[in-house]
Amino acid sequence: MGPRTITTSRRMASNRIFLYGCFAATSIAILVLCVLMISIAVEGWSSVSWRFLDSFASRKAAQAGIKAPLMGSIWVCAICGLVAIPMGIGTAIYLEEFAKRSRVKRLIQLNISNLSGVPSIVYGILALAAFVRCFGLNTGDAPWSLGNPESLLFIQFPCGPSVLAGGLTLALVILPIMIIASQEAFRSVPQSLRQGALALGSTPWQVVWRVSLPAALPTIMTGSILAMSRAVGEAAPLLVIGGFLLVFQTPTNLMSDFTVLPLQIFNWAGRPQADFHKLAAAAIIVQLIALLVFNSIAIIIRQKLQRPLQS
Amino acid sequence: MIAAAARTAAEIAQRGTPCSLLVRRRFEGSIRAVLWLLTCLSVVTTAAIIVVLAVETYRFFTAQGHPEISVWSFFSGTEWSPLLGAQPLFGVLPLVAGTLLVTTIAGVVALPMGLMTAVYLSEYAPPRRRVALKAALEVLAGVPTVVYGFFAVTFITPMLLQPLSSSFGTYSAMSAGIAVGIMILPIVCSLCEDALRAVPQSLRDGAYALGSTKFDVSAKVVVPAALSGIVAAFLLALTRAIGETMIVALAAGGLAHMTADPSSQVQTMTAYMVQIFLGDAPAAGIEYKSSYAVAFTLFLITFALTWIGAIVLRRYREEYE
Amino acid sequence: MMIPTTLRPPIDHAPPTSIDQRRPDEARLPAAAHPSAISMRGFNSWYGDHQVLHALDLEIATRQVCAFIGPSGCGKSTLLRWINRMNDTIPGARAAGTLSLHGIDLLDRSLDVVDLRRRVGMVFQKPNPFPKSIFDNVAFGPRLHRVYARTDLEELVEQSLRASALWDEVKDRLDSSALGLSGGQQQRLCIARAVAIGPEMLLMDEPCSALDPRSTASIEQLIRELRASYTIVIVTHNMQQASRVSDSTAFFYEGRLIESGATDLLFTNPKNRQTEDYVTGRFG
Ligand SMILES: Nc1ncnc2c1ncn2[C@@H]1O[C@H](COP(=O)(O)OP(=O)(O)O)[C@@H](O)[C@H]1O
Ligand SMILES: [Mg+2]
Repeated sequence: MGPRTITTSRRMASNRIFLYGCFAATSIAILVLCVLMISIAVEGWSSVSWRFLDSFASRKAAQAGIKAPLMGSIWVCAICGLVAIPMGIGTAIYLEEFAKRSRVKRLIQLNISNLSGVPSIVYGILALAAFVRCFGLNTGDAPWSLGNPESLLFIQFPCGPSVLAGGLTLALVILPIMIIASQEAFRSVPQSLRQGALALGSTPWQVVWRVSLPAALPTIMTGSILAMSRAVGEAAPLLVIGGFLLVFQTPTNLMSDFTVLPLQIFNWAGRPQADFHKLAAAAIIVQLIALLVFNSIAIIIRQKLQRPLQS
Repeated sequence: MIAAAARTAAEIAQRGTPCSLLVRRRFEGSIRAVLWLLTCLSVVTTAAIIVVLAVETYRFFTAQGHPEISVWSFFSGTEWSPLLGAQPLFGVLPLVAGTLLVTTIAGVVALPMGLMTAVYLSEYAPPRRRVALKAALEVLAGVPTVVYGFFAVTFITPMLLQPLSSSFGTYSAMSAGIAVGIMILPIVCSLCEDALRAVPQSLRDGAYALGSTKFDVSAKVVVPAALSGIVAAFLLALTRAIGETMIVALAAGGLAHMTADPSSQVQTMTAYMVQIFLGDAPAAGIEYKSSYAVAFTLFLITFALTWIGAIVLRRYREEYE
Repeated sequence: MMIPTTLRPPIDHAPPTSIDQRRPDEARLPAAAHPSAISMRGFNSWYGDHQVLHALDLEIATRQVCAFIGPSGCGKSTLLRWINRMNDTIPGARAAGTLSLHGIDLLDRSLDVVDLRRRVGMVFQKPNPFPKSIFDNVAFGPRLHRVYARTDLEELVEQSLRASALWDEVKDRLDSSALGLSGGQQQRLCIARAVAIGPEMLLMDEPCSALDPRSTASIEQLIRELRASYTIVIVTHNMQQASRVSDSTAFFYEGRLIESGATDLLFTNPKNRQTEDYVTGRFG
């Protein structure tokens, strides 16, 4: 009786300690999130105002605002989403629905997962060479232009550190994430649905367009939103391509100069004065509100649109 | 009845206008081609990264007027002072050491905690709490890294570290490391949780049937069964930590030296790149070019780590089915 | 495992057995150019290097029900999936020999499989309705191939649902999700879906194995009724089912055709020991 009881009680004790340990770890994680939110809210709340949202940067903290970075973020992310989301879905469709299982496919797959691990600052370097300087292909003095400088779609070559270059840079960063998320979505579509469609005489593309894609779409949307929330927060690659830290206008076309919220936050947070830290905190509040909106939409989509695909 | 309906159905089925087979085939072919091109783009991206970095790094090593820079001295040099003095020194090890120190601190903070949180979520938490906690972690995962940098400067350093010890200055490896740890925590956690939940219920049932406690089941059955996924998650998180830029640029300081002291300033590879791309180093200058060599080093390290992670997942994946 | 020589069916030497022996006088086929819908000669199939079907010779008569029986893994589904070339979706699946549908070579590489599948409907083991409305499920196939007037499409959906004996149960909720139907209803919906493309043939791979006895009975009834309009091939594990619904039966064992013929003959008077063992349930 003796030894067995001890063993059991010790096992129960280790059982309990383990549970407490795991629970504590989880609580700390949540606590950190709370401390983060609260400390930033406390520091920045007083600075958030319409004036703050509607004025440009300034050397005087009391007059500075985030109009330019806010609009810049919206422009850059819109371009990024328009480029990266369709491309990511397209690549996922090819890999999941068309490509035969082969060595080449495995290598491409490995390559994509490697790309998702490349630090975003390295993408900045690629983008600097590819988009901002266009590999030095244009050796003339003036950039080649396409379209009317007045119009929205005015494009120059090389692009320079423009809104377009910024959007494409972020697209590079999130493309692997988008591909992987979409692939998961397609993989979760039961094979039996594809077989059913094929047996009715669908072409491969009809299977994708009428069955796989609609079934995968809610998951893809969730993945896109999470990828976009990553893009909204990226600063490093834009810093490399020369996203301006001080911009006094909102973008008017694809070739406009820009800055984005995270860069503005970086700028203010890096200054020693406490006043600018307050501004940084205020800008972070705006940024986090955007993030929460994004996340809520993702959650709503997950709960409302994601219906079972099989019974 | 039924036979008649079937006959009517077959008859109506003929009524519509058939779609052109030729058009359909052409369309199908072009869609396929477009998707294939998109897929190739991912390979092109990798190739372009490598080419750009390699070319610029080559230019750095062959730069005019700096015969002292050799590949060997770059990778084995322990002094990095590109901007100071008449004789710039390019030995990348101090930057690598700074990156390593910050990453180690982040790993110590995030890996055990992330794994334990994952165990709690997958093995203990009631379903509704699990959903709520996962949503919270998702928010944490979406917080821009610059925010963690700000948090390190305005909270971790003055509120946590400086009260503990007077040796902490405004910038320290510790402060940056903790912030990076917080940043990778949700990654560790959600990837580990995926790995744990992939372990089939039958394995747990089997262990319970032998009289295991929940601790036995989690620690001796589920975690070992999910080990490859957990290791891959750790590697991926560490890769993110190594490549993290904004936090270290704000919180780690700018002093490139070989140290293991967490309270001292360090400069990481990424922080150096920020310094160069932000600063007014002339684009033709040797220190500007050196940032490409640093970037290449960083790329090689992270690429190797992701590669290892992929191999671990492939080689040691436990297949249940 | 090799089948002992004495038990090996005479397929290598003897002329192909016609399984349409029951009603040779009933000329069901209008144009008797090809009295049998499917005919195969020396048909072999592989998955990679693994040969799963060996030298099959078989004729399947038009507008009759033919049952494929045999133990699990003997290649029934594989054979069925060659008839509408669903095996094209499996990497490494190959076939050699002759397999034709009304004289059309089904193994021809240049054959338009999409068109073939429009002519040969298929019903799977597990009901697989699309996560769409009942109407859209039935209209799915027709919409792929042709452009219909709205009224035609509605009538086509109605007649197809009538043909699968589902209309009365679902006519008031055509717009609700097909996933809300019971398993048996879902399977009949899948039959309606196949009927709606106006095929000449229906392939059914163990269509009742995931269903309860009552749904099974209604689907069996349906198959008997549909025989008047389609050539039907049904794979089944259930001996009673084969004897209830089919006109002819083919018994497979380890990728070989052991015996085939009129169902009542094959069940009451099997020529082969193995067939006898299998149909009487003494198979071991
Ligand atoms: N996709 C596949 N890949 C490789 N082998 C397969 C595949 N499908 C079936 N097989 C093999 O082919 C043989 C016949 O399978 P199947 O036609 O499904 O048998 P049945 O339907 O009679 O049970 C089995 O040995 C099975 O293991
Ligand atoms: Mg089968």
